[in-house]
Amino acid sequence: MSRAALLVLADGRFPAGGHAHSGGAEAAVKAGRITSAAGLEDFCRGRLHTAGLVAGALAAAAVLGVDPRQLDAAADARTPSPALRSAARRLGRQLLRAARAAWPSPELDALGVQFPKGAHQPVVLGVAARSAGLAPEDAAYCAAYESVSGPATATVRLLSLDPFDATGVLARLAPELDRVADRAVAAARRALDEGVDALPAASGPLLEVAAEWHAAWPVRLFAS
Amino acid sequence: MHLDHTHDGPTAVSADAHRRDGSRRALRIGLGGPVGSGKTATVAALCRALRDELSLAVVTNDIYTREDAEFLLREAVLPPERITAVETGACPHTAIRDDISANLEAVEDLEDAVGPLDLILVESGGDNLTATFSKGLVDAQIFVIDVAGGDDIPRKGGPGVTTADLLVVNKTDLAPYVGSDLARMAADARTQRAGLPVVFQSLRGETGVADVAAWLRERLVAWSA
Amino acid sequence: MTTTGVRADARIVARADGRGGTALPVLDGEGPLALRRIRSSGAETRVMVVGAMSGPLGGDRFALTARVERGARLHVGSAAATLALPGQAHGEARYDVRLDVADDAELHWLPEQLISAHGSDLYVTTRAELAAGARLVLREEQVLGRAGEEPGRLTSRLTVRVAGRTVLDQELSYGPGAPGGWDGPAVLAGCRAVGQLVVVRPEFADHPAEARVLGECAALIPLAGPAVLVSAVAPDALQLRRLLDESLAGLTRTAP
Repeated sequence: MSRAALLVLADGRFPAGGHAHSGGAEAAVKAGRITSAAGLEDFCRGRLHTAGLVAGALAAAAVLGVDPRQLDAAADARTPSPALRSAARRLGRQLLRAARAAWPSPELDALGVQFPKGAHQPVVLGVAARSAGLAPEDAAYCAAYESVSGPATATVRLLSLDPFDATGVLARLAPELDRVADRAVAAARRALDEGVDALPAASGPLLEVAAEWHAAWPVRLFAS
Repeated sequence: MHLDHTHDGPTAVSADAHRRDGSRRALRIGLGGPVGSGKTATVAALCRALRDELSLAVVTNDIYTREDAEFLLREAVLPPERITAVETGACPHTAIRDDISANLEAVEDLEDAVGPLDLILVESGGDNLTATFSKGLVDAQIFVIDVAGGDDIPRKGGPGVTTADLLVVNKTDLAPYVGSDLARMAADARTQRAGLPVVFQSLRGETGVADVAAWLRERLVAWSA
Repeated sequence: MTTTGVRADARIVARADGRGGTALPVLDGEGPLALRRIRSSGAETRVMVVGAMSGPLGGDRFALTARVERGARLHVGSAAATLALPGQAHGEARYDVRLDVADDAELHWLPEQLISAHGSDLYVTTRAELAAGARLVLREEQVLGRAGEEPGRLTSRLTVRVAGRTVLDQELSYGPGAPGGWDGPAVLAGCRAVGQLVVVRPEFADHPAEARVLGECAALIPLAGPAVLVSAVAPDALQLRRLLDESLAGLTRTAP
């Protein structure tokens, strides 16, 4: 297998539905909490160290072969907001479709049978990375990067933010992405021995609360 | 037009002509075109014209997620469980062309929930002249423009005007008021489309959506053959 | 100068007394975790944590366990807010709370706020293990800094398990040295009070509560299990308490 598969999986154009989700940025913009590139950077940093870390660890654990059912239950417990759980499952199902076309495998097929309504996206991401022959580190990087690239792209659309500024934000977060991916993989390895309780449970209260607020809007641009 | 794969277990091929249980899935028709050209009104008229003879459902892809779906619901052209809105993250053309995963989920969920269906209309949010549907999502597409948008649109071409399986020039009743030359539009469209069909329509006129409905019936006959 | 902090352990066991009330065969705590039995109402027995000194300080290790046995009803509160302070001993302080609630038992765990003072460093864990038929009302409030003060470092992990299944596992981390973005728009957005109210009722399994938005900074959310969480972020402790109290009152009114 090829490391370059990571580029395919992490490509923002990978057709897995991410473009319709803002990762909480739409709610934060409407609440006036993101008004500039600096606000976007603060938002992304917070999301990276909470939802991004958890997603990275779930994905890495799935690559290591931890039971997807246990990982999915762990994701549920770490995602209080029903709106976010539902979005994660929809994205998981969409990712599964794309991943099965890209890297067909019995494990991806089995995941579709086990979770007809979709498993949490990071769990599917991990099984997809595993099917592509990628390492736990690769999956953790991919999940952590998605946790910030989604809000950055969405904010460019929502605020007409200068896309160069948004890309600068992502580049400045790179060293922290390294650290989050490291922590995620270390936790995933512990989960192999100690069970899924060893996975991080970092949470951003406003991400969870605002997701519920956002889901109740009658008119919005992004699905979450 | 459509890819007709054989079905061996659960596959991820989007244009597969069969459902998971092996039965033939509904014909999927995309409707695209610029903002305000009358896509949603055409969908509503098609639903009224066909709902008694066919099992129908609609997926909308609006910019503001639910507006078009809510128009169709208000107009009560179909029962609510047959209308689904796909959220597009401010990019409806992405959702119908580059990343069709959410739309595929929507059409499959509709077939599972209210199927079997004969026909699913997938309406794009109002976008620009370059927006076209992926062949992984729909079996054929209709591009809707209107006379008020300028009678030079057929001449300018673009992927929607030149390649759509059916071009609909809508609101012909307005032509005298906006100074559009219908004959010139028809001639330009013929040149651009190399024999692909064009329908001139006024939903306020006597024939209404009849020509488009007739074209759809033909597609359905071919699909079910 | 000491290098190790204080160790304090407290244990509560609540047991049905056979006469419709709740007895406390174990009520064991001293120093910062001194316990006192206070008036009871009906089947419920009340216990107050009356910490004889402030704490935890750096290096301290506090542990409190409460077990509520079948048929018993226990209410635990605290006489005052818990104040995490910097200590002479260096390093992180820990405060571990373990709650066990049996079938047909009920625990109300409603301590006052946990205040993270400037320079403090506290890791607090709360783990509730519930049987399928257990009931729980649990409130946690974190206040970052005393009035006008920069907060210390505070990490709080809250785990709630029902019938062996984890329904909530959430870690919040704030203050100097916490992972980046803790004060930003994804986490606190400059607010200084954060609260969680968890209500577990067997009835929620068949009749889940409906999600309810309580403004843009608080929501009542059904968890993946027979439980709801009210999660709230507020400018100060007073506004936070008001939000949580109102939510709890609303839940009690709609109790099946």
